[in-house]
Amino acid sequence: MKDLINQIRYLPSHEWGRIDEIGILTVGISDHAQDLLGDIVFVELPEIGKYLDAEEESAIVESVKAASDIYAPLSGEVIEINEILIDEPEIVNESPLKDGWFYKIKVANIEEFDDLMREDEYQASCEEE
Amino acid sequence: MTDFHGWSMPINYGSQISEHKEVRKNCGVFDVSHMVVVDFKGPDARKFTRKLIANDVDNLKEDYDGIYSAMLRENAGVIDDLIAYKMEFGYRLVLNCARREEDLKWISLVSSGFDIEIKEREDLDIIAVQGPKSLSILSDLGLDSLESKKRNQGIYKDKVLAVKTGYTGEKGFEIILPNDQSKSFWEKILKAGVRPIGLAARDTLRLEAGMNLYGFEMDDSISPLECNMAWTISWLDENRSFIGKEALIKKFESNKHHELVGIMLDERTILRHGQKLFLDEAKEFEGVVTSGTYSPTLKRPIALARLPRQDKKFCFTEARGKLIQAKIGSTKFVHEGKEVFKERK
Repeated sequence: MKDLINQIRYLPSHEWGRIDEIGILTVGISDHAQDLLGDIVFVELPEIGKYLDAEEESAIVESVKAASDIYAPLSGEVIEINEILIDEPEIVNESPLKDGWFYKIKVANIEEFDDLMREDEYQASCEEE
Repeated sequence: MTDFHGWSMPINYGSQISEHKEVRKNCGVFDVSHMVVVDFKGPDARKFTRKLIANDVDNLKEDYDGIYSAMLRENAGVIDDLIAYKMEFGYRLVLNCARREEDLKWISLVSSGFDIEIKEREDLDIIAVQGPKSLSILSDLGLDSLESKKRNQGIYKDKVLAVKTGYTGEKGFEIILPNDQSKSFWEKILKAGVRPIGLAARDTLRLEAGMNLYGFEMDDSISPLECNMAWTISWLDENRSFIGKEALIKKFESNKHHELVGIMLDERTILRHGQKLFLDEAKEFEGVVTSGTYSPTLKRPIALARLPRQDKKFCFTEARGKLIQAKIGSTKFVHEGKEVFKERK
């Protein structure tokens, strides 16, 4: 389990999930996604305590261009949300992989983590778009 | 960069919201050379222009004064919106790039029988400088005589027409100049510390200012009464016959037309072009969002919408599966950096 710490994986729909501490997945959107969306103006986050299935709609991000659903990379219970995004959604544009995280879940099944895309696979899939 | 009716144009140079705020706070520069400039010369230039557009160029007193107007079909549908300037040689129209072919076709058709020369000025570019600091920046560049001018008045110097006008709701200027001067002028403006602004911020600025965009608030199935352009129709000279006049009078008399309103939301969701609006919770289809965005100045969603004329204070729309309420009010949201939206009382 420990060797997964700081490892990041992606969904083809541009969400990232990172194991920041044992059993906890932090979720956000990729730099490529924030760039595609342009200026982000609203973020709707899930409720704490909500159980999400992998690839379930979990949040909404809306930019001047479009609204997009954010899918959960893994199954698990939401334990923390990044409330600052509600008033300062532009943080997602400025720091998509760090300060612009969306929520954290207590991972239900860590084996699902390996099904996600690795950094190089994800970057390759972005180039194909 | 995006393809905009054959022109390769930047949507934004960086963040569109920061570009937007820069224009409201300081100053920004826009390359709007894609817009179409057409000059009318000759003995019938005045007579022709008075027939062609719904506003009346006889309201222009001095050379280089301009008026905003619609150009209508016989059925009063808006072919295009434009600014017409009085020039020493006749009149100059500045039209939308997206409507270039339709406009030129129509102008040529209507001009039959008039003794005029119509010339599209592809040798001219247009640069807009907009924002509270625009006047001092242009004064530093030698256009200091603009100071005393009122809105829609201009000066002409060294083949450059500079007019106090714009599409942002801020103090600002549009400068129509020969191609061979535009690059060095653009560079001078940037050197003065002015940021270039892309199409995306141009759209949010005009929307906050309650200004129409062709293809959104108006098209040739919409009359000026339905897109907040009734004020641009000149009735002062009742003997003047302009195209669309009779259809407009009928529409006024029937009093059944739609109107353009401003919409403001408390919810965190942007209304989008084409989204349906309802006047009651029973959700009968009633109106449509013509343009919607997030207002960077007011930090909330705003929209322009076409609704049947009525006096309701609220309307409803569906977002993410639920019905949400929106305030109806004035089409103007921001003027010179300040909120001016008036809710219906």
